[in-house]
Amino acid sequence: MITGFVVKSESGSNEPLRNRVRASSFWRRLLANPAAWLGGFLMLLLITTALSAPVIAFYPYDKINPTQSLQPPSWQHPFGTDKLGRDMFSRVVFGAQLALQIGLVALVIALGGGLVIGLASGYLKGWTDGVLMGLMDLMLSFPPVLLALIITYVLGPGFGSLMLAVGLSPVPGLARLVRGQVLSLSAKDYVLAAQAIGASPSRIMLRTILPNILTPVIVLGTVLFPEAILAGAGLSFIGLGAQPPSPDWGVLLLDGRTYLVEAPWLVNFPGLAILLVVLGSNLSGTALREALSPKP
Amino acid sequence: MFIYLLKRLMRLLGLWLALITLTFGLRLVIPGDPVEALFVNQPTDPQVIAEVRHEFGLDQPLPVQYFNYLANVVQGDLGKSLITRRPVLSEISDRYFKTVLLAGAGLILALIFGIGSGVLAVWIKNRAFETGLTALNLVLLSMPGFWLGLLLLDWFSVQLGWLPVLSENELVQLILPALTLGLISGALLSRVVKAQLLEVLNQDYIKTARAKGLTGRAVLIRHALKNALTPVLTLVGLQFGALMGGAIIVENVFAWPGLGQLAVQAINQRDYPIIQGLVLLTATTYVVVNTIVDLLYHWLDPRIQKPG
Repeated sequence: MITGFVVKSESGSNEPLRNRVRASSFWRRLLANPAAWLGGFLMLLLITTALSAPVIAFYPYDKINPTQSLQPPSWQHPFGTDKLGRDMFSRVVFGAQLALQIGLVALVIALGGGLVIGLASGYLKGWTDGVLMGLMDLMLSFPPVLLALIITYVLGPGFGSLMLAVGLSPVPGLARLVRGQVLSLSAKDYVLAAQAIGASPSRIMLRTILPNILTPVIVLGTVLFPEAILAGAGLSFIGLGAQPPSPDWGVLLLDGRTYLVEAPWLVNFPGLAILLVVLGSNLSGTALREALSPKP
Repeated sequence: MFIYLLKRLMRLLGLWLALITLTFGLRLVIPGDPVEALFVNQPTDPQVIAEVRHEFGLDQPLPVQYFNYLANVVQGDLGKSLITRRPVLSEISDRYFKTVLLAGAGLILALIFGIGSGVLAVWIKNRAFETGLTALNLVLLSMPGFWLGLLLLDWFSVQLGWLPVLSENELVQLILPALTLGLISGALLSRVVKAQLLEVLNQDYIKTARAKGLTGRAVLIRHALKNALTPVLTLVGLQFGALMGGAIIVENVFAWPGLGQLAVQAINQRDYPIIQGLVLLTATTYVVVNTIVDLLYHWLDPRIQKPG
């Protein structure tokens, strides 16, 4: 194996050969994996649906039409209509926007919080480490849903606190992972070298340590997106997240469950939407993980 | 072992004190005064507000309130509900046991499904079965529990009519929610059990057992399974927490009177003593279960010397 010597490429860049070898085999492994294709397709479907919702939805998601109450799926209403005659297809399609938003915002909060706390704790050590990790241990003593409930209680129910709740819940686990990685890297020669030439702690944390712990963080990050969507839908389903008439998929299931017998399409289409999105991101995540850290 | 036990118990005690402090703090971090919020829509005599505040001990200095809270909790008194004025413990306890019962039943089913399907996949070594199981596990893990619950309710109670939608018999009422939780959690266990078994089967001592003439199945059950299950144990503790959380959401589908409904109601009404009690009780259960799991793990596999 070639380790770390530098070749001059035609463009004259000094990119270590190792990195390029790694990158090309990463793509090769990823594209050879059927899970990556199916997962990628489902994620693309989510993103295009969310972005083009106003175009592909036939009706506004909150357009009430009492004469069309509880219609089964048909050409006019592919996913049927609800009690108030609202078009379920439009509601599910607009719900994709909210799902994508929950997943992305939660991912940013979780990764940001986990990285900042983990880096500070692992690199600064001392009392910062003690206080931060004590706090993280305390947060880990709550089952995840309970942690989300506490955050909702503090902030009050709503879509904003839902995103915060599902974003903050995984922070302690992530922070501990990052801290562990940082501790094991702190003793490496290149970190000591950076210290020796007088780099500031923030520079070492961001420029020397951070790039080297990104792989395990991405690996864990891939499970955050689907988990956030599941948890968010769950909170909305018990009435603590998005509030009606929001087309959030959890709200749609909550609305529809009263009509389980006479109008099963009210729960089945939003349920299927959640399943496909979570399945898609789980498949993409697994494929990404396998391509990043191949088993020998 | 004894030293380890002592260390774990000390840690548990420390964590529990921190938990009590945090639940006490829950009242302070919410915006606004909880008592004034009670009378928010009616003009109220300040005298009445002062009386209610006195009734809940909120007129005392904060450190005094804290030590009162601590002393009360240690004696098993979690205060009383701001809304119903009934003791928190009697409001919560019945629902708490229902949630723990549901989570426990879900865990038992998860272990049966998870270990059963994981061992079966390795045992029969059938490509189609393995692919099918992997796909099923993936779908179950991607499914929102409450939708799976609604589907099961529709199939078993409405379409097939095997189970009543509502039953007087608690055990009958428990079947579907426990099945919902057990299927999802079992899918996770199934994955881990299968992976662990395959890994253990590659070890030298398995090759030795094979070399001395034991059949594949004897090796699988007597030698591999026990060693493969030890790491699964850690997961069981964590899964119990996930199941308690899952129970809080899934109970909504099945009219199972657990903590979920109470939690939602208390959050909407800002009934802080109920929230405090609920958080403290649930977290304590989770921490105790995980400590027991840790001790069991340590006992099963003494090679692991965890730093105290």
